Amino acid sequence: MTETSPVRRVCILGAASAIGEETARLLAAKGDALALVARDAGRLETIARDLASRGASKVAMRTADLARLEDPGAFLDGVSGELGGLDAVLIFHGVLGDQAEARADPSAALRLLEVNFISAAVLSLAAVTRLEASGYPTPALVAVGSVAGDRGRASNFVYGAAKGGLAILYQGLAHDLARGGSKVRAVIVKAGFVDTPMTAAFDKGGPLWAKPATIAAVVVKAMETGGPIVYAPWFWRGVMLAIRLLPQTAMNRVNL
Amino acid sequence: MLEESRAAGLSALAVGLGRSYGDSGLNLGQAAIDMSGLDRVLAFDPDTGVLRAQAGLSLGEIMRRMAPLGWFPATTPGTRFVTLGGAVANDVHGKNHHRAGTFGASVRRLGLLRSDLGEIEAAPGDETGLFEATIGGLGLTGIILWAEIQLVRIGGTKLESQSLAFSNCDEFLALARESEAGFEHTVAWVDCSARGSRLGRGVFTRSNWREDGVLAVHDDRQRLSLPADPPGFALNPITLPMINQGFYRLFTARLGKRIEPYASVLFPLDSISGWNRFYGKRGFYQYQCVTPMAAGAAPIAELLAAIAASGQGSFLVVLKTFGAKVSPGLMSFPMPGLTLAVDFSNKGEETLALLTRLDEIVAAAGGRLYPAKDGRMPRSMFEAGYPNLETFTGRIDPALSSSFWRRMHND
Repeated sequence: MTETSPVRRVCILGAASAIGEETARLLAAKGDALALVARDAGRLETIARDLASRGASKVAMRTADLARLEDPGAFLDGVSGELGGLDAVLIFHGVLGDQAEARADPSAALRLLEVNFISAAVLSLAAVTRLEASGYPTPALVAVGSVAGDRGRASNFVYGAAKGGLAILYQGLAHDLARGGSKVRAVIVKAGFVDTPMTAAFDKGGPLWAKPATIAAVVVKAMETGGPIVYAPWFWRGVMLAIRLLPQTAMNRVNL
Repeated sequence: MLEESRAAGLSALAVGLGRSYGDSGLNLGQAAIDMSGLDRVLAFDPDTGVLRAQAGLSLGEIMRRMAPLGWFPATTPGTRFVTLGGAVANDVHGKNHHRAGTFGASVRRLGLLRSDLGEIEAAPGDETGLFEATIGGLGLTGIILWAEIQLVRIGGTKLESQSLAFSNCDEFLALARESEAGFEHTVAWVDCSARGSRLGRGVFTRSNWREDGVLAVHDDRQRLSLPADPPGFALNPITLPMINQGFYRLFTARLGKRIEPYASVLFPLDSISGWNRFYGKRGFYQYQCVTPMAAGAAPIAELLAAIAASGQGSFLVVLKTFGAKVSPGLMSFPMPGLTLAVDFSNKGEETLALLTRLDEIVAAAGGRLYPAKDGRMPRSMFEAGYPNLETFTGRIDPALSSSFWRRMHND
């Protein structure tokens, strides 16, 4: 070895989410430098101290409501300045919302779309230009999407539309980066059912429910290889293929 | 969570990694609060070794993160798969009890959530008496949210061990006492099938940290696993003496010194995932008692004679001395004396009758049983063993309960 591998500088948007925190733990154990962004300053502080004890070479914190950023580019520049550059940006923030409310109330729908699609999309586009400057061998932009974005279903299609739109954006972004010969990778990790506070109201049982740590491991792997669309856990690729192929007449008869 | 369970008319109990043997970690038919999500380090001072962490963090995780920095829990039970909250609630002890005392002796402060007082901090000597009640308090004095503990310095992560054979309980006691001053960890295995002149024979192991400056984290891989229940006939009065004879030969063949990583000395069973399945579908009871030092080794010899005569027991038998360091806990199990732990394959009435016979010996010697290991002790045995029970009962949180606690009240 002629040189030691450089410390990877990772910005984690939505770091107080269950999957975000689990991912941060895995990265801390690798000795990465982390910048955590979340709304709740108290939670952020607790999470940051824990990550420092897990081996993160640096833990920076920023409190922000990512859905209401004035200038996402300037915001990322601020984070980048604190870490001395950016080698990866991970996007975890999102809300499940209430489908019935979103369908009835346009302002509730707007909020859902703002958080899950618009802010994530704009931050992704702003992040990718900044990642171009990274000297790290595999700079990566990774967002957590959802299998809900694979087919519109009565139970959560507003949320699904936002996550589906984000997946299209990542697919296109990855295509664009590859064609331009960039070493930056864009990957969306489509999660299935995950046992997190976001899904606290659900009855969670059976083999389809995954732990946040399982999804986090997929995200960490996606930072190095694979994509642009990765399912987490992997079996959702087959499940969603089957659901996409289901004729609408059959779909109309099932409660999904 | 507490309000949710109360609204549903249920008592609650915080649960960790489920390593208690009996029903003290269960709240059957009521509510259990999974503490596994509260697993963060809240503060750590690398100069003083004071660690404050949430109750759901496991001791294994603490070691994994602190051992490379040269810090280690002051004492650890026989498994690293216990949470910080569980270690406090059961006031667990380890192979260094004669020096370090119980886990509670290393606790400086506690964070509790009480249904009547809200979130509070408890420290030794507080007017509420909640610190003393919570250590060894079986999780009944409030939900333990976090604990602040004093870690100890280690100069390496390996232990240098020495094993010696002994031929009876008196020889064990002499060896244990002679080793107390010079060795951090002491423990013995006993052949619980041996009778007559061989009664109380076993192998004594004493270890010290090796101060070689090499700090390596333990290996978390579990090499063996018991994925399914083997048939329950593996241990019977014919095979058990043969198995124990085999272990005696094996252990006595490798007497002398050896150097091993801490995990293989302190947590030998942790490398076998699902080891508890060995006893088959009907499971097992573990019986762990302590008898006072004043009675010497005689009660232990009497217990071993009763066990050998019954043909029951196991090859998992641990004998150790407890030292004089007093725990702050009102309901702490250890007292200066000898502690014997034996697994018994569950053979129904036959096993329960033997354990009742053992109770008589322990009670006559002025000893007591360990609630964390118990699934059957009568209330009288619990009352006799724990003189602070009444004071403790006055400090429990009215919204909390456990299967063990209800069993102790319905007998």
